[in-house]
Amino acid sequence: MTRQDWIAVIMLALLAVLPPLFIWTGQYFWMDLATRLVILAIAASSLNLVLGFGGLVSFGHAAFVGLGAYAVGIPAYHWLYGGMDAIAVTNGFTQFGLAIGVTAFFALITGMICLRTRGVYFIMITMAFAQMIYYGIVSIEEYGGDDGLVIDTRSEFPLIDLDDPLQLYGLCWVSLLVVVLFVRMIVRSRFGMVLQGGKGNEERMATLGYNVYAYQLVAYVISGAICGYAGALLGNFTTFISPEMMDWTRSGELMFMVILGGASTLAGPIIGATMFIVLEEVLSSWTVYWHLPFGLFLILVVLYIRGGLTGLLSGKKGEGE
Amino acid sequence: MDASLLIIQTLNGVQLGLLLFLVASGLTLVFGILDFVNLAHAALYMVGAFICASLTYALGNFVLAVLLALPLTAVVGLVVERTVARPLYSRGHLDQVLATFGLILVFETLAHMIWGPAGMSVPLPDSLNGQTTLPGGIQIPTFRLVIIGAGLAAAGGLFWLVNYTRLGMLIRAGASNRTMVSALGINIQLLFSLVFALGAALAGLAGMLIAPITEASIGMGHSIIITAFVVIIVGGIGSMKGAFVAAILIGLIDTLGRSFIDDLFKLVMSSEAAENAAPAISAMLIYIIMAAVLAFRPQGLFPPKVR
Amino acid sequence: MKYLAQAAVAATLAGSMGLQPALADTAKIGFVTTLTTPAAVIGNDMKNAAELAREHLGGKAGDTDLEIIFADDGFAPETGKQATDKLVKQDDVDFVTGFIWSHVLLASRKSALDGGKFLISANAGPSQMAGKLCDENYFSTSWQNDQTPMAMGEVLNQQGVKSLYIMAPNYAAGKDMVEGVERTYKGEIKGKDLTKWGADAQLDFSAELAKAEASGAEGIFVFYPGGAGAAFAKQYDQAGLADKLPLYSVFTVDALSLPKLQDAGLGAIMGSRTTQQWDPTLDNAANKKFVDDFKAKYGTYPSFYAAQSYDAIMLIASAIEAAGGNMDDTDALRAGLKAADFDSVRGDFKFGNNNMPIQDFYLREVVADDDGKWTTKVVSTVFEDHQDSYAAECKLN
Repeated sequence: MTRQDWIAVIMLALLAVLPPLFIWTGQYFWMDLATRLVILAIAASSLNLVLGFGGLVSFGHAAFVGLGAYAVGIPAYHWLYGGMDAIAVTNGFTQFGLAIGVTAFFALITGMICLRTRGVYFIMITMAFAQMIYYGIVSIEEYGGDDGLVIDTRSEFPLIDLDDPLQLYGLCWVSLLVVVLFVRMIVRSRFGMVLQGGKGNEERMATLGYNVYAYQLVAYVISGAICGYAGALLGNFTTFISPEMMDWTRSGELMFMVILGGASTLAGPIIGATMFIVLEEVLSSWTVYWHLPFGLFLILVVLYIRGGLTGLLSGKKGEGE
Repeated sequence: MDASLLIIQTLNGVQLGLLLFLVASGLTLVFGILDFVNLAHAALYMVGAFICASLTYALGNFVLAVLLALPLTAVVGLVVERTVARPLYSRGHLDQVLATFGLILVFETLAHMIWGPAGMSVPLPDSLNGQTTLPGGIQIPTFRLVIIGAGLAAAGGLFWLVNYTRLGMLIRAGASNRTMVSALGINIQLLFSLVFALGAALAGLAGMLIAPITEASIGMGHSIIITAFVVIIVGGIGSMKGAFVAAILIGLIDTLGRSFIDDLFKLVMSSEAAENAAPAISAMLIYIIMAAVLAFRPQGLFPPKVR
Repeated sequence: MKYLAQAAVAATLAGSMGLQPALADTAKIGFVTTLTTPAAVIGNDMKNAAELAREHLGGKAGDTDLEIIFADDGFAPETGKQATDKLVKQDDVDFVTGFIWSHVLLASRKSALDGGKFLISANAGPSQMAGKLCDENYFSTSWQNDQTPMAMGEVLNQQGVKSLYIMAPNYAAGKDMVEGVERTYKGEIKGKDLTKWGADAQLDFSAELAKAEASGAEGIFVFYPGGAGAAFAKQYDQAGLADKLPLYSVFTVDALSLPKLQDAGLGAIMGSRTTQQWDPTLDNAANKKFVDDFKAKYGTYPSFYAAQSYDAIMLIASAIEAAGGNMDDTDALRAGLKAADFDSVRGDFKFGNNNMPIQDFYLREVVADDDGKWTTKVVSTVFEDHQDSYAAECKLN
């Protein structure tokens, strides 16, 4: 294991120990923050797979989060209020399966188009698709449109009860662990080598006989599906789902988490999400003008901390794009 | 639907398109020549509007305020260029997107602290405030015609500047080959600063023109910046002609969509559902167009020849 | 041993997080409103009024100290819900109030009520929460969204306006407002536009105004709260519609938009009519004190948002006093709230079965006051003791 891997292990260990302490001592709000943090870390990890390791700067990952959340919300809505019997369920496996399936499909269709473009065109077309989904959801009156959807029932699984904050957190934490290991496995596989090779020099990989486009598309679909899964967790956590989750600024926040923590490192997204949540919480409790120090911090990080915090901690510069 | 309504809505669409062009032209200049993605363009648009609003109250004259606010906005642009943009020229687009996103947050909060959250409405002189009757008896607010005029003038000016002046020649040369231009003894750093300031002034001008219609407010840049990016992507990054065509196209689609799409929808769905869906669908239209253009022409409609 | 360790951890955590145990003789009120984005102009007005109410009370309800904690909803439901969660779980407030926006209130409802807190809306009045989603712990010091436009529909009938064009933002309250005016208005509706709302709301109404004019309607009904109201009024004026398409509005021309419109010299708005359950000129002692002191302290007329926020704090204080300051006696607090035993700035009102006010609605007109400042005055009473249309759907009685 490298030093960067150790940082990931330490972060995961901390996240395993702290929240039960919060519950034990009655700090339920801190528990909420930890849950949100872990879910965002999963979403950021999925973005890191394409952005960090694949060099594909997606500015539309918030759409996957939103789609995943609505994949939980819409079945729950129909289960409560009738209609659309085929998907009116509270069964967690169906809901989460739906979240993964829908986002993977969306990633496949949009990825086929987006990956034809490069550079800033890719950034902007991913954002365009996210905006389309955003306005698409807003236009559906039945699911609340701009007002969002309040769901009164969480996904139901055998053995675990998501209404219990600790069990919900447990599910999120285990999910994060699995996602981190999964990303690690992908990155170290032959598939991951080709993907990372494509980032450095696409033409050379093509000359070597690899269909880089196909590799990138598969990575994009995997990333979208993981992000959709994070969205399903988020929907279960907040029990309120709104188009706001898919706003372009949310995609920007996910990018910030990855860059802040350190792109193309395993620990990066976790550290980035943690810093993001802590900063947001601390600064906004000081002043309503908290966007000012937050924006300055963002600029300073980009200008001076290349490789992100993980790079700083492990003493090795990551690859700031 | 009658013909005069169609004409009015077309004029409204052209007016929105020209406003978009003012924002997009600055963006595409900076992008095409400096290879710099500047989300903070949204902030400059807002800053221009606020400075102009303050000056209008101080001087009691809107036109004078615009003339003074333009160089001031350009100066703000210069400061941004020196402090944040310049170190990022050599970096990737991702870093530029994030840093300038941070700049938006900083500028919006500063505007909130300086001018308050309420926003400022900008009074117009009486001569600009009424309506004008066009041939055919169609009435349109005079100031909307002013925006159309100012937008066309700015477009013409830019076209002249880029194609027929020494500065324009350097700009075109700098876009295709930076080292060559500096090898010729041209101060490329100064050229970049000038381009950035020009872009800032154009964004500011757009903000100043919209302020008397809506008002100068904190969030005003948020919605227009994304649309402006759509414009330059559809038009082809760095292409002034592309930005112009795409801006008018998108202005028309947006306005006509908002005007007529609910009537279209009512043919196929209940009027209740149509009224709810129409605004969102017309907002979606421009993104659908963008995706369609990029799917078939990954470099936009008018990609610049030399990159 | 376990308890000792637990206490130690708790102390460490509390210490590191700067938390202090709540004092029993303090009542905490969480106040959720918009403090960022352009809509902060409404939030600041509400905050000012709440602080004035606390000042008038001497910071106490009976012997209980009042503490108000303000939180920002960022003009978005998700952020508002998070703010409410924090007030409930971390600050452990006793009451959650404020709420400008219906969609924010709908999103935050469960967090406050499931947390066992009293929820008191000082503005938003979504139809769902007056009807099916009503709750014994949810009260309102404003109105149900439909009521004010219903009063306006009645006024339109009285004035013989035969056809109408309608514009409103596309969110929960916008839809309720449209529903409300359609409920009472008997003429023909020529057309309707719901426009994009939120932090990046649509503010350029050129296309919609052109449609409204072309529709040939005799009047236009609009609902554009906050800064959007001023933007709408200006474009309405610039399009020269004042003579062709008279403006009937609710929650659009108010104490927040009038100073701006006056600065911009927008004379067309003078004489424009709106309906409301409150007005700065209402003649009662509580209102006089509120309006005078508000003007003295902040230099502007209070808006209706301010009046309702002032009432919300006064209502809470009256309930605490009725319960003898015992913050654990939920039943006594609830009964105290339900009694509405305080001097409201709108004059007397009582709560219906769904805990929504039953109150009068007035027609108001824009005028200049003695100092030349633009404000509103009452023209006539449209409804007396009006109850909202959703009360029957509420299971409480």
